[in-house]
Amino acid sequence: MPTGRAAQPYLNPYLAGVGIGVVLLLAFVIMGRGLGASGAFSTAVATGMAVAAPAHAADNAAYAAYLPDGPTSLFRDWLFIEIVGVAIGGLLSALLAGRFRIGVDKGPRVTVRGRLAYAVAGGVLMGIGAKLARGCTSGQALTGGALLSVGSWAFVLAAFAAGYLAAPLVRRAWT
Amino acid sequence: MAPLTEFGYVGPSAGLLVALGLGLAFGFFLERGGLGNAVKLAGQFYFTDLTVFKVMFAAIVTAMLGLFWLAAAGVVRLPLVFVPPTFVLPQLAGGLVFGVGFVVGGLCPGTSCVSASSGRLDGIAVLVGMVGGIVIFNEAFPLIEAFYRATPLGSLTIPQALGVPHGVVVAATVAAALLGFAAAERIERRAVAPRG
Repeated sequence: MPTGRAAQPYLNPYLAGVGIGVVLLLAFVIMGRGLGASGAFSTAVATGMAVAAPAHAADNAAYAAYLPDGPTSLFRDWLFIEIVGVAIGGLLSALLAGRFRIGVDKGPRVTVRGRLAYAVAGGVLMGIGAKLARGCTSGQALTGGALLSVGSWAFVLAAFAAGYLAAPLVRRAWT
Repeated sequence: MAPLTEFGYVGPSAGLLVALGLGLAFGFFLERGGLGNAVKLAGQFYFTDLTVFKVMFAAIVTAMLGLFWLAAAGVVRLPLVFVPPTFVLPQLAGGLVFGVGFVVGGLCPGTSCVSASSGRLDGIAVLVGMVGGIVIFNEAFPLIEAFYRATPLGSLTIPQALGVPHGVVVAATVAAALLGFAAAERIERRAVAPRG
């Protein structure tokens, strides 16, 4: 990876936001639906369970709802293909900007192991929260936010409120 | 006329190509804006870096205004755009759990994909945790299904709920975002300015 040059500065956040907004608008205009992220993982998890324990997956509506065509649904799943694109797009941007680096982004006081433990714990909570809310920062906050959905704005306000309330408890991880 | 899928211009297979292309651009702009970096995202919750707020609300306002004008111009049939259904209590509760996870993990589901694909192991760890959280939720689903389906209001927008014109809520949201952006700039300047 590029080692001879320093990483470029990030794009102005408002421009990055307008770029994402145009992508979201194109999704509305072309597909009649918005973007998402956690839903792709719901399908991936359901597919994994359908392969590992088919009877168990068929028996539970939380898995079965994501398996309209059984385990082959994954590669016909709009959100899963979209999230593969997200990963590739992020990789391309990082490579072009000299920001690709194998490493861990963490606060100055926390160990690498500590940071990874926080990351897994945060991921577990977000997985549960996104399932309960039927979407995450992409499918609810961005998509539902732009569509002025009542439930999406309830999700956004609750998520930021909880984030600010919990922040002092995990200050050691970040500052 | 749009949405293109609703008028037969884009079929299911072409739609998957669109998914790949839109995802690629989404991930590209997330990384460009610095949202593949957990430390930068977490700064949102300590008032040191409000990039999350700026990117998110600039994106919401852009897509909202674009859709409003395209609908007004008769290009997009707004009722054919899928609005995620509202379930008030589970979405409030999900938001609370999600928000705690956001500040603990420092990344959200979409940004953790970008973090992971740009080489960061903490991004991979968030993804691993998220898969675990989804399995926990699914296994517990029979116990929580009643709550999950509670307080259903269907596809409901704020203009519909308040009984005011769509344009009024759009204008109010733009005004709130602009005030928020101004406040965010002041807060960031104060965060980097030396105390004294």
